[in-house]
Amino acid sequence: MRGTDYVVKRVLFALGTVFVAITLNFVLFRSISGDAVSALRCRQCTQEFKEYQRRTLGLDKSKWEQYKIYLGDLAQGDMGRSLRTEEPVTSILWEPLKTTVPMVALGTLFAIVFGVGTGVVAAWRRGTATDKATLWGGLGFYSMPPQWLGLVIVLFIAGWLGLPTSGVKDPTLGILSDPGFVEVLVDRLEHMILPALTLGLVLFGEYTLIVRSAMLETLGEDYILTSRAKGLKNWSTVWKHGFRNAMLPVITLVALSLGFVIGGAITVEYVFSYPGIGLLVVEAIDQRDYPVLQAAFLLLTFSVILFNLVADLLYFKLDPRVTE
Amino acid sequence: MSPVQTGAPPVEETPSPTRSLKWRAIAAPVLRNKSAMVAVGILSFFVFLAVFGDLLIAGDPKAKVGDIFEPPSREFWLGTDGGGASMVDLLIAGARVSLLIGFCAAAISAIIGGTVGILSGFFGGKTDTVLMRTTDYFLVIPDVPLIIVIAALFGRSTWNIIVIIGIIYWTFTARLLRAQTKSVRERVYVQRARALGAGNSRLVVRHILPQVTPLLVANTVLLIAYAIFAETFITFLGLGDPATISWGSLIENAFKDDAIINNAWWAVIPPGVCVMLVVLACTIIGQTMEDALNPRLRTGHLSVRRFRVLRPKEQQES
Repeated sequence: MRGTDYVVKRVLFALGTVFVAITLNFVLFRSISGDAVSALRCRQCTQEFKEYQRRTLGLDKSKWEQYKIYLGDLAQGDMGRSLRTEEPVTSILWEPLKTTVPMVALGTLFAIVFGVGTGVVAAWRRGTATDKATLWGGLGFYSMPPQWLGLVIVLFIAGWLGLPTSGVKDPTLGILSDPGFVEVLVDRLEHMILPALTLGLVLFGEYTLIVRSAMLETLGEDYILTSRAKGLKNWSTVWKHGFRNAMLPVITLVALSLGFVIGGAITVEYVFSYPGIGLLVVEAIDQRDYPVLQAAFLLLTFSVILFNLVADLLYFKLDPRVTE
Repeated sequence: MSPVQTGAPPVEETPSPTRSLKWRAIAAPVLRNKSAMVAVGILSFFVFLAVFGDLLIAGDPKAKVGDIFEPPSREFWLGTDGGGASMVDLLIAGARVSLLIGFCAAAISAIIGGTVGILSGFFGGKTDTVLMRTTDYFLVIPDVPLIIVIAALFGRSTWNIIVIIGIIYWTFTARLLRAQTKSVRERVYVQRARALGAGNSRLVVRHILPQVTPLLVANTVLLIAYAIFAETFITFLGLGDPATISWGSLIENAFKDDAIINNAWWAVIPPGVCVMLVVLACTIIGQTMEDALNPRLRTGHLSVRRFRVLRPKEQQES
């Protein structure tokens, strides 16, 4: 019954982390000097408007009271309203979320496919020129700030590829004619490629280094030697005995690097004016619209916690020996 | 031969009789490794710039000395930025703030992480459970968004940014140090010292600390890279100190001043390259040290955020 224990433990841990994140979110935003409203920046934000917001947010109540209200609202899926537009935050998040997810997914997929591919080849051919090129290439991309790589790509590559460098769709599309499904899809993809590529390349650097070192470690194990001695072909040794075992830590690492992926997505979306969660965060920071920032932070944190849980469970599925 | 073995003997086998800090044990692998020596050279160069930069710049680095976005020339080696200031001067001035943030934030992380890790590993039991549970929670909460949110709420000054980065990046250090401390605690000489009546504080300061410090140093060097990286994020989102110049703010300015439309590659490329070089150098140095110390510690599968970069020569054959 150890397996069930493990699963229960991981789920409880994830729930604990969610609670910590929720509380942290409350504490951070309530401990700023002044209050959540005083720093608000927008055109219609007069003194009266701020007073009104203070009352609706319940900022005149005690901290403990506020915390209880906050938890209660959250339990009902209510994350508050934007201080600026008064729209419910949950509906503000929805559109950008739909824009961000495919872009980040595309970038991550690119990074995983190429990172794993080159990492495995480099470890297999260790010490050769291929290995060195992968190592230094990986290290190079790993140490580039994503926003900077984005700018470099806009400067040198975008024009050459003829891809758009800002926004999520062509504003002129659909004015003269009714665009077909394919046309819209191609347009969206074109806008997605550069931000996804930027994010993907930076991640690629990290993944290829991780995969390479996991593979090197695995290829040094005794059972690899045994399989060689048994006369198995090189390829099947690397693939069946090496790769499958090396992938175990990689799963966890990919999940753990999500915090960084999200950070990268924020700056990359800013560079490409890609209207996703990242750009929303940047705008919310700029206007000091704290409910939006809070909700975005919670959303990002929850997704990372969820992916970590998935990675933990997947790990367990692949290697039942793991027990904490 | 398996890649588990490293060039230097594992720490366990050679507990030095004096239990003094083994600086030589950290320095030797770096001195032996060509890439690591190049990395040390690069890092020293930037540290030199950061310390003696004032002597190289005549006057205010932000001063308008030429046209805006002047291409590189004999007078301005790397051209000018959107404010007409010399890029070379700006880069030199930026080195100071970027490295200051990197080193100080890493030091804060190392102190917090080291303390938590050593206490947790040394005392075990309830202390361990509480500290490690807390660490694990913070390990999963995504660091960059957290840093951005805290910076948005409290940021703006360089020292605030240093503290913010410092209090976020300690988790891995704590995990690593805990595992190392646990293994040192069980060694015979520590047990003997305890039997001879050494108190907890004496055991930690005289016997545990010297053994775990090399690993802490290696880890701190890696943290410098993280911190410099985080600074560019914060600054790029407009949360940096507007009065200071850092490499992060130079990237931000290039973006805000439309260096792209002006095709001014010289305003975009150099600050990023500086960040890259320092991050690369710190990563290589830190990894080389860690490899030599060979902490093949099971720090829990949660925290395997690790890759080995440069393996000693003898391993690459086999």
